[in-house]
Amino acid sequence: MDIHEYQAKEILSNFGVDVPSGALAYSPEQAAYRARELGGDKWIVKAQVHAGGRGKAGGVKLCNTENEIYQACDDLFGRKLVTHQTGPEGKGIYRVYVESAVPIDREIYLGFVLDRSSQRVMIVASSEGGMEIEDISADRPDSIVRSIVEPAVGLQEFQAREIAFQLGLEPKLVQQMVRTLQGCYAAFSDLDATMVEINPLVITGDDRVLALDAKMSFDDNALFRHPQIAELRDKSQEDPRESRAADRGLSYVGLDGNIGCIVNGAGLAMATMDTIKLAGGEPANFLDIGGGASPERVAKAFRLVLSDNNVQAILVNIFAGINRCDWVAEGVVQALKELDLDLPVVVRLAGTNVEEGQKILAKSGLPIIRATTLMEAAERVVGAWKNDLTQGTKMRAV
Amino acid sequence: MSILLDRDSRVIVQGITGRMARFHTKDMLRYGTNVVGGVVPGKGGETVEGVPVFDTVKQAVEATGADASLVFVPPPFAADSIMEAADAGIRYCVCITDGIPAQDMIRVKRYMYRYPKEKRMVLTGPNCAGTISPGKALLGIMPGHIYLPGHVGIIGRSGTLGYEAAAQLKERGIGVSTSVGIGGDPINGSSFKDILQRFEEDEDTHIIVMIGEIGGPQEAEAAEYIRNHITKPVVAYVAGLTAPKGRTMGHAGAIISAFGESASEKVEILSAAGVNVAENPAVIGETIARVMEAA
Repeated sequence: MDIHEYQAKEILSNFGVDVPSGALAYSPEQAAYRARELGGDKWIVKAQVHAGGRGKAGGVKLCNTENEIYQACDDLFGRKLVTHQTGPEGKGIYRVYVESAVPIDREIYLGFVLDRSSQRVMIVASSEGGMEIEDISADRPDSIVRSIVEPAVGLQEFQAREIAFQLGLEPKLVQQMVRTLQGCYAAFSDLDATMVEINPLVITGDDRVLALDAKMSFDDNALFRHPQIAELRDKSQEDPRESRAADRGLSYVGLDGNIGCIVNGAGLAMATMDTIKLAGGEPANFLDIGGGASPERVAKAFRLVLSDNNVQAILVNIFAGINRCDWVAEGVVQALKELDLDLPVVVRLAGTNVEEGQKILAKSGLPIIRATTLMEAAERVVGAWKNDLTQGTKMRAV
Repeated sequence: MSILLDRDSRVIVQGITGRMARFHTKDMLRYGTNVVGGVVPGKGGETVEGVPVFDTVKQAVEATGADASLVFVPPPFAADSIMEAADAGIRYCVCITDGIPAQDMIRVKRYMYRYPKEKRMVLTGPNCAGTISPGKALLGIMPGHIYLPGHVGIIGRSGTLGYEAAAQLKERGIGVSTSVGIGGDPINGSSFKDILQRFEEDEDTHIIVMIGEIGGPQEAEAAEYIRNHITKPVVAYVAGLTAPKGRTMGHAGAIISAFGESASEKVEILSAAGVNVAENPAVIGETIARVMEAA
């Protein structure tokens, strides 16, 4: 789960990381008022969306007067910000963060990630802050410093010091840098984060080490023990279909194609998408309905897949282990009867009780196209979709 | 002798009184697995499917001589249960639980280092379907009937996709020595590399199949290991050619976040290491049959 910059800064600041003074606003008037409260004569107005690359996309504006703050906010509020991380649909701006501008001497990149090779938390830092880490890796790989944290004892001071010196910090700044690194690690570890990124971490003209930007992501599997973090979830930043799926315990990712997929198991779901592509179609979604696929769950899955208006055909692929094919077949029949849909549905069943499942599908009298192998299923759904298009019978009854 | 799990393995089920655990205990017993006990704190003295339940893993090991464990404990308590098994002298543990916090798994892996290598428990999973040595024993939740006994060793991150591969093999009359699910989580007990090493040393295994997916460095690390240490033929399939970057595809670990983590890059890396890559999931069985004939 992602959170906003202002929330990440509040959390990190509670762990001893220094941040510029700033305040949140929900309207241009409030933003101007916040700027006045903060004082000074230069402010940054930053769109709060769950994505990086805001600066380049026009989501961060430097303002010198109250009037400029109004203008910046007028432009930002209600707009969809499209960055290289949001996809073409962008993310809605409903909050802005107003911050006092600070004089910057140096910019540093700082990231904490779960490193899957060492299976530990890794710190990644670079003297080339302000650039995306992908670009730093490509252009200045020599500037990157890495350090792995021993989980039993946490981040040691000497490790933090090593990083500070490797980044070329002046000795008088090292202690501040150590505090920043240890604060970030403590936040990461105490709150079950999966990522903390400060880009840039700046050295100011008056020798302060400040987190100018901050991003944090959290482990969904650990939210049960951090209710105060779970509360920070902002559904306005999520794809509505994906949030609805998550609320129903289904794992769904929307894609650009038009063949809807309903599959049990994440690996098989990806493999099914790949096979559809191979057969000449484009998958409309990833959907894993999980282990115990009851009729109700299958019906829910159909509704979710159909909420995407691009879907023109559906492939159900179930390899029953814990599931039983006859239950799944009953679910498919029940869903199709309820939904009364008018688009081709291909069902492939395999595994436990497959014969009983096939019988249920056959007896239902519904125009279900059956398939026995994965390839056959993909070819049939793509074939049926193309056929349907040429016949011009595409009508939606949902 | 098959790797990790054999006819003689003495199995306990941690969390045996849960609905799913009961169901699969019954299924494992039906398959012929030597399930000797279960563990649920506070339920010692009960029986499930005729199997005695103990309060602690230590008690279960003392009373039954158990050497393998299947963990069915809910996510908040699963890491603790794995460590309990490691400390009680269990040699091989499969964790089925999906949804364990990543940092709990980091702690589990760190904890296991306190035992010298020869005493260290082997863990596969979490978030996996388990391990089966067909005709001998089943330690997991997979449908046993889709596997024939034979000489193909399977390692996979995904449960149902592994079933798909096994079914394609059965269709061709090809059997499996052992199939090991390593699970879909970012931090897991054993990697492809760890299991490849065991299959290389196993006389019953003549060919190895790796079923990977997007996300993480494990397939690339396996490719490097295969190039330098594996003499048996290896077939691989990598799921997720159509998966977009930066999105989690069901499994917590299935996310393309760095170079070399997409399916096409992994295919390229594995092919370069001499691995026979099945281009799509429908031809996994066919590819294995072809490589076996050539060998």
